[in-house]
Amino acid sequence: MPGHPPEGAIAPPDGQLSDRSLSRLGAQSLSAYVHIPFCASRCGYCDFNTYTADELGPGANRADYAGTVIREIEFARGVLGATTTPLHSVFFGGGTPTLLPSNDLAHILHSLRDTFALAPDAEITTEANPDSVDKASLAALRDAGFTRISFGWQATAPHVLAVLERTHNVDKALAAVRAAQEVGFEHVSVDLIYGTPGETDDNFRAALTAAIDSGVDHVSAYALIVEDGTRLGAAVKRGTVPQPSDDVAADRYVIADEMLSSAGLEWYEVSNWARPGGECRHNLAYWRNADWWGFGPGAHSHIGGTRWWNVRHPSAYATRIDAGKSPAQAREELTDADQELERVLLGIRLKEGLDGIPDDLSAPLVSEGLLEQHDDNLVLTRQGRLLADLVVRRLT
Amino acid sequence: MGVSASAPGSTDPSLIRNFCIIAHIDHGKSTLADRMLQLTGVVEGRDMRAQYLDRMDIERERGITIKSQAVRLPYTAGDGRTYILNLIDTPGHVDFTYEVSRSLAACEGAVLLVDAAQGIEAQTLANLYLALENDLQIIPVLNKIDLPFAQPEKYAAELAKIIGCSPDDVLRVSGKTGVGVAELLQATVDLIPPPVGDPDAPARALIFDSVYDTYRGVVTYVRVVDGQLNSRDRIQMMSTRTVHELLEVGVISPDPIPSKGLGVGEVGYLITGVKDVRQSRVGDTVTTLARPATQDLGGYRDPKPMVFAGLYPLDGSDYPELRDALDKLKLNDASLVYEPETSVALGFGFRCGFLGLLHMEIVRERLEREFNLDLISTAPNVVYRVRMDDNSEHIVTNPSEFPDGKVAEVFEPIVRSTVLAPTEFVGAIMELCQQRRGTMDGMDYISEDRVELRYTLPLAEIVFDFFDQLKSRTRGYASLDYEPNGEQAADLVKVDILLHGDPVDAFSAIVHRDKSYNYGVAMAAKLKELIPRQQFEVPIQAAIGARIIARENVRAIRKDVLAKCYGGDITRKRKLLEKQKEGKKRMKMVGRVEVPQEAFIAALSTSDTGAEAKKK
Ligand SMILES: Nc1nc2c(ncn2[C@@H]2O[C@H](COP(=O)(O)OP(=O)(O)OP(=O)(O)O)[C@@H](O)[C@H]2O)c(=O)[nH]1
Ligand SMILES: C[S@@+](CC[C@H](N)C(=O)[O-])C[C@H]1O[C@@H](n2cnc3c(N)ncnc32)[C@H](O)[C@@H]1O
Ligand code: SF4
Ligand SMILES: [Mg+2]
Repeated sequence: MPGHPPEGAIAPPDGQLSDRSLSRLGAQSLSAYVHIPFCASRCGYCDFNTYTADELGPGANRADYAGTVIREIEFARGVLGATTTPLHSVFFGGGTPTLLPSNDLAHILHSLRDTFALAPDAEITTEANPDSVDKASLAALRDAGFTRISFGWQATAPHVLAVLERTHNVDKALAAVRAAQEVGFEHVSVDLIYGTPGETDDNFRAALTAAIDSGVDHVSAYALIVEDGTRLGAAVKRGTVPQPSDDVAADRYVIADEMLSSAGLEWYEVSNWARPGGECRHNLAYWRNADWWGFGPGAHSHIGGTRWWNVRHPSAYATRIDAGKSPAQAREELTDADQELERVLLGIRLKEGLDGIPDDLSAPLVSEGLLEQHDDNLVLTRQGRLLADLVVRRLT
Repeated sequence: MGVSASAPGSTDPSLIRNFCIIAHIDHGKSTLADRMLQLTGVVEGRDMRAQYLDRMDIERERGITIKSQAVRLPYTAGDGRTYILNLIDTPGHVDFTYEVSRSLAACEGAVLLVDAAQGIEAQTLANLYLALENDLQIIPVLNKIDLPFAQPEKYAAELAKIIGCSPDDVLRVSGKTGVGVAELLQATVDLIPPPVGDPDAPARALIFDSVYDTYRGVVTYVRVVDGQLNSRDRIQMMSTRTVHELLEVGVISPDPIPSKGLGVGEVGYLITGVKDVRQSRVGDTVTTLARPATQDLGGYRDPKPMVFAGLYPLDGSDYPELRDALDKLKLNDASLVYEPETSVALGFGFRCGFLGLLHMEIVRERLEREFNLDLISTAPNVVYRVRMDDNSEHIVTNPSEFPDGKVAEVFEPIVRSTVLAPTEFVGAIMELCQQRRGTMDGMDYISEDRVELRYTLPLAEIVFDFFDQLKSRTRGYASLDYEPNGEQAADLVKVDILLHGDPVDAFSAIVHRDKSYNYGVAMAAKLKELIPRQQFEVPIQAAIGARIIARENVRAIRKDVLAKCYGGDITRKRKLLEKQKEGKKRMKMVGRVEVPQEAFIAALSTSDTGAEAKKK
């Protein structure tokens, strides 16, 4: 959860949802996100809600973390009522979920299963850092029911990994993917970051080739964002690291799209590519505006038109949970207009496209080559994907 | 002595002394006035604050005087009698010379103040000459003698030389410590002649200031010359013949104190309930309806605006508010002129005329602050007179209205300027004046190591960054004064700026042909940095007529998407989008090009105003 949480309305201590939101429950699939706010060290570019052992301070014990989350799961059951559809997907993100013992992740997953039930074909993902796993821990996760794993590769060239302050190397990255495949994960994905200062087109091509050759069925590729308040942000402000260029990022995006699609990984969302069947269902649930409960500090939730987000600090989070209170910091009830805006802003990012847009808004974008009409739906062209925010502004 | 002797309305003119304090900017006029307020007991020690008479927020923040302030001080002199001193503190900045000249008309004497660490400077001379033109008794005074690096001997000699008195006649004071101020007060009584007027003649009073006050309406400041004005009198403005009832008469000491009337030689205020200062015009003569005077006192010439700029509301719907605000401000500031204009780029606004850049800055700041407006202003320019081949003539106050077609001659305003500086900087100053198309009129030594240089310069060349340049080339030692001196023909051209082929009226400028290329290149480069990339390539061109003299390109945008894993923080994404859409609303469309307001502001800003009269 990057940056700082938006302001919103006060969330009630009992977490009670409006009748409107509760009545919509079940109209869409329900997913769970579990935030694991721990990392071994903080990467210079990262502003996610995550803490190293040093940063955490006393009062928030990693060993107790799974127990605290499990209590939020019980709390969620109380709020959502006894009848919900089984979970469509579960996603453990971070931070570095695999910094917790596989057993802890398993406990949380099993609590979700026992409390909410899992759909028979549920997708169960965890994010992982290549150097926070080994074959045994991966096997344990697989046994616990995880079906999918997403590794933060970011890059393969040593100098790029160094600028990003990553602690692993390319051998580790490849080994981790291989191990995950060997222990039987159905889906393996890697995350790449492009446009890092010092990275060349060829460095990025090499990273893509490595990802393709490793046999993963899913790749996420993100343009490096320089966030305020990070070490990278400070270095760019000081001028010791150049501001990544949008033109370079655009070139790299085109490289990614060309290489991945000719290797059989098609785009299905602006920054995600997959082999058919390898699309991340959890990810799709976000873009399709489905329901999910986000567990853990700083996690965001969306249920039937209400969004809320938990307090950010793990200690503050634990204190609320221990007191039997909702960990939500604030919430917002979306108006119809908000929801329409979100429908466009989320939906346009998907290859399946968006319907219900008035012609007079879409026609100019089609003629400018940013959108294509596929049956009833509008779909971004490659150029349109690079200008997706501009397209959204013009469609809304 | 006693109350009755000095009560307003019945003060014996022989006990009145009317004087102003004049000086170069920052030489300590207002601080000296503070000490006078204290010594005469009109402000108690605990109520004192520095520069008491600088009452406007903007004066206090900038530490400069913008408006003259009159104040009545009862003073018991060496002879045991109580005199009435009417003191007028004046501004020092060249933009406000007009304020000084109308204050002078209400006085018989002037305290000419000179900073004992700086010596005579350009506005010292300018204000001295004004005072002499008004036949005022000059009292030369060195101030700030407490400063360790003060050179009273040297500067007393300088001052004596220009006034034509003996160095021993120059008083020495410190407005900071109060040293010498009592002697100065005594000197005003001894040296300045009392006002002369006929108490039995029909009343005549000169309006030297007129201020709009939200609570009290127009407050008119007058100096009574003949006769008497009493509360409840029906008064008449001699120029317009309009009649008002005097609701209140009084003196400022230092707060308004109502009185029964004002008599010969007295300075005070009138309130008639009128709401428009134009009905109480500075320079007009007030008389009574019952016994009107026949001959007015001869007023002032209205000040002529020197620079013009377009002022536009950032939010176009604020246009009516801007018009109201200008109308209100005008009530206080007769030198402000404006008329509506439209700009393709900026919408509806006003072309405003100002006395100088400091004046422009202050008007703008007051509009924004007192009337809660967000404004954008075009780059300031001077007025041009353009004669066409067919002998028709155009007065151009807005560069974009520079006529097309066959121009025979273009005339620009020129000024006579005076620069005072230590001799070592003469070379640097001459070089600067040369670059600014100046012609030298003369040079004099005012003392061994300081010179006065006189140049005729185009107003357009000095009104903008000249003062900054002068200061930086003379390590801050030079001072500058100027006054309008007619016009001259010059080889001037209009440079247009085109975005994607469309001229942007707000960016047009009239410049000398020799400088047009540099101007075009600099402006195009500046805009290239300010205009965000669009979906298409945007050429930025500078052109004289059809001839392109500079070109830059803003390349088409290639990426406008945030692609990061957002972990479900959709709210933030939506808010960001809403913010972007808000931002887009504030874009101005120039043809197909979206130009953010900030770009206009930055491109039009003159970071280099000659108006930085702020305290260090
Ligand atoms: N040391 C010293 N400083 C002084 C004295 N008189 C004034 N100053 C300082 O000089 C600066 C200018 O004083 P002002 O009284 O505002 O000068 P001014 O002539 O009224 O300035 P304008 O109205 O802007 O022309 C202030 O910082 C004062 O504190 C003095 O006698 N001694
Ligand atoms: C929740 S993060 C963490 C995953 C895991 N901890 C790791 O770093 O390997 C998911 C992904 O977001 C991407 N990401 C994080 N910060 C980013 C930034 N500043 N700019 C672009 N992508 C970023 C990285 O690709 C990262 O793998
Ligand atoms: S490991 Fe991942 S979550 Fe942790 S600091 Fe690095 S990028 Fe951020
Ligand atoms: Mg002053």
